[in-house]
Amino acid sequence: MEYLLAFLVGGAICAVGQLLMDLTPLTPAHVLVLFVSLGAFLSGLGIYEKLVKIGGAGATIPLTGFGYSLVSGVFEEIDAKGAVGILSGVFKNTSMGIAAAIFFGFLMALFFNPKE
Amino acid sequence: MGAQDPNLDKKLYYWRVQQKKPRPPVIRNTLLAFTVGGLICVLGQAVLAFFQSLGMTAKEAAGPTASVMVFLGAFFTGLGWYDELGKFAGAGSVVPITGFANSIVSPAIEFKREGFVLGLGARMFSVAGPVLVYGTVTAVVVGIIYWLTKL
Repeated sequence: MEYLLAFLVGGAICAVGQLLMDLTPLTPAHVLVLFVSLGAFLSGLGIYEKLVKIGGAGATIPLTGFGYSLVSGVFEEIDAKGAVGILSGVFKNTSMGIAAAIFFGFLMALFFNPKE
Repeated sequence: MGAQDPNLDKKLYYWRVQQKKPRPPVIRNTLLAFTVGGLICVLGQAVLAFFQSLGMTAKEAAGPTASVMVFLGAFFTGLGWYDELGKFAGAGSVVPITGFANSIVSPAIEFKREGFVLGLGARMFSVAGPVLVYGTVTAVVVGIIYWLTKL
């Protein structure tokens, strides 16, 4: 059941992205920026958390989930440390994904060459 | 013919261009994005379940899951397979975190020839950079509001 929900929620988020790319002049880069900000904004309103409870990885794997991780870390740090958390929480839950992206990105660029 | 509205030709031209411009097959594209994006999330759910089976909570397993998905996205971009997937999956391959990894690896490989610092190192963030900038700015603003409401 949780796999079906992950499929439906994740698929729906990607379908929205595709509609934006086809029906508006937004490029993939614009969609990614929009989605991360939208995810952060909806997390601030407490809406995205509900979607994560329903969709699991279907809500956390799309880039809106990255926005959710940014904000959830900020909230946790504010609850624990006060105003300091506004900045210290940003990469609390996202550091693994970002560090992995930079390290693996570097590694792959080292080993692979562009296709002709 | 001299009395003709000078804008008429332009209007006519614009209208004809709009008529001839190939329209994206929106329904087909959306279904493909839904299916491929959904399947990538199912894979993510399986990776999440694996880490949970090791005794992690869903929250603890989120970071490792993101890392594995980022690795897969980066690796398949290196092999050239991810861009093949992107040709028909569109947003289905762009929106998941594997697409974020793709947006880092793809220019890094492409611009390696311009050097390791100004090529690979700098171009890596041509898409990931804006994502981090706007994600961070939004999160900090949301954080400030949350902090103020707690006072």
